[in-house]
Amino acid sequence: MIEVRDLYKDWKEFALNDINLEIEKGEYFVILGPTGAGKTLLLETIAGFYIPDRGEVWIEGDDVTILPPERRRVGFIYQDYSLFPHLNVEQNIEFGLKSRKKSASQDTNRKRVKEIMDWLSISHLANRYPATLSGGEQQKVAIARAIAIEPSILLLDEPLSALDRRTKDYLREELKRVKEEFGITMVHVTHDQTEALVLADRIAVMMKGRIMQVGTPHEIFNKPLNEELADFVGIENVLCGVVRNNVNGIAEIEVDTGGTIFAVSEYPGGAVKVFIRPEDIILSESRGVSSARNEMMGGITELHDIGPLTRVKMDIGLIALITKQSRESLGLRNGDEVCATFKATSVHVVSG
Amino acid sequence: MRVQEARMGMKEKLKREKLFILSLFLGFFLVLLVFITLGNLFYKQAEDFSGLIAAATDLVVLKSIGISISMALVSTLIAFFFGVPLAYFLARKDFMGKSIIEGIVDVPLMIPHVVAGIALYGVFMRYGMIGAPLRKLGIVITDAYPGIVIAMLFMSLPYLVDTAREGFKKVDPRLENVARSLGASHWRTFREITFPLAFPSILSGAILSWGRAISEFSAVLILAYHPISAPILIYEKFTSFGLAASRPISVLLISICLVIFIALRVLQRRSK
Repeated sequence: MIEVRDLYKDWKEFALNDINLEIEKGEYFVILGPTGAGKTLLLETIAGFYIPDRGEVWIEGDDVTILPPERRRVGFIYQDYSLFPHLNVEQNIEFGLKSRKKSASQDTNRKRVKEIMDWLSISHLANRYPATLSGGEQQKVAIARAIAIEPSILLLDEPLSALDRRTKDYLREELKRVKEEFGITMVHVTHDQTEALVLADRIAVMMKGRIMQVGTPHEIFNKPLNEELADFVGIENVLCGVVRNNVNGIAEIEVDTGGTIFAVSEYPGGAVKVFIRPEDIILSESRGVSSARNEMMGGITELHDIGPLTRVKMDIGLIALITKQSRESLGLRNGDEVCATFKATSVHVVSG
Repeated sequence: MRVQEARMGMKEKLKREKLFILSLFLGFFLVLLVFITLGNLFYKQAEDFSGLIAAATDLVVLKSIGISISMALVSTLIAFFFGVPLAYFLARKDFMGKSIIEGIVDVPLMIPHVVAGIALYGVFMRYGMIGAPLRKLGIVITDAYPGIVIAMLFMSLPYLVDTAREGFKKVDPRLENVARSLGASHWRTFREITFPLAFPSILSGAILSWGRAISEFSAVLILAYHPISAPILIYEKFTSFGLAASRPISVLLISICLVIFIALRVLQRRSK
């Protein structure tokens, strides 16, 4: 378990501001944020490479704020793998084993190195030097080296960002396997939302040196706390409105762009902002009968293809994301009048 | 590849390599300057081969060359022992007045060597700030081996410190971070990661520093004329007996140093 309390740190062009985090034992925790948010600095401070200006870091119930990194039992993996270039794969993995206080015999170490190499299927690389390995292979060696010392925590700084798509997908599964097999607490920093969504038990969104929101992937991507966070996680529909009525937890919201939206929300009244993910909006030719509480007619002002999807912009201030096939079968064109349908549960309301 | 190359005419080949050819052409003038100067020295000496043999069997000559090379080695070892930690510190830490320290280290590169010699003499002579207390302990610096070493050390120190510092800078601090996270102490991290990775640069700096120390003349002349080292002996012979007397010692010194330095460079390339 990791606890970060009221942490402040200024370092070069980066800064950490009032960081508070509680990361559970055995959790896969992702810190998600844009480049320059200070994510790496936070990770390096947890690892002990920096001493914070203010605040504390606790690991497994001990205050480690001023403990040097070698006494924290925290594995660290960088984006560029940082393998020791003058040591071969086997020696890289063995490096940490030689540091232990009660140094085990060389045979025990070798055996342990072999076990880990087998487990990650890299035994054939044992005598190779880092410069001769592919990115994926290097990252596997870095993982092997980190878990060899049986850390209670593994800190990963953009570990998959420099890899090609296939290797990335494959290594993502390997990371999950590491967490499950060894029960290590994983703290993974990334700017990649898919990565966060697939791997995380919980996510913290970090911007400009601050933790903006902590929650499950569902909460982060569907219930952002404010407009900035909504924008960051790709919620393109942000409407301003006023709650007119609330009956049994269903808020009736009059929105600026005209019309009324129903949302599952406890807000009794007042100004609010309404978030709807564009992929939660269904388009049809005309009104129909469905369980969805919201139906709004609008004209299409813009159609834009993004890979297999089409982004449809409407004059009622809504953006929908549909597949190209749907667009073709509906025969959508600019100026067409369509019906946008979405559920009251897809609408997230925050105070405006 | 080879087949394609064979298909290329001489003209195309020259065209592709234009910039390299120009670089070689311009650089050649510098090489020529050194080559002609030394070549002339060796050529003239070849005409007087018996003179060379005489010098090579003259104990005074051999001793002076021995003093130059061995004292330069001692100076380099001292520079290594104190300079490598300094270089590591300068490469890794930012602090107020860092530029001042870096400037001080580089001063010997800028000042005339004779000035350095005079300054050193002022401090290390019998009544000097350091010379006087050392003398009470029975240690004499001027006109003694320590004097040669100190003069050499002073003049050659920047070569080792600067080169080693650049070498340390090239070692990614994240490698050190990872090593620490793997449980290695700061000291073990330095010993097993940072130092080995910076070693080619450190060795390069040490070679430069040693070479500079062997060749030091003015500062040594003032601080320790005796025991007589090779450059001083050469100068003495030149002023007293002329070119023909000084040349064989020069040729001998250059030959020995050339062999040592080529061997060291080969060794260095291997270690990379």
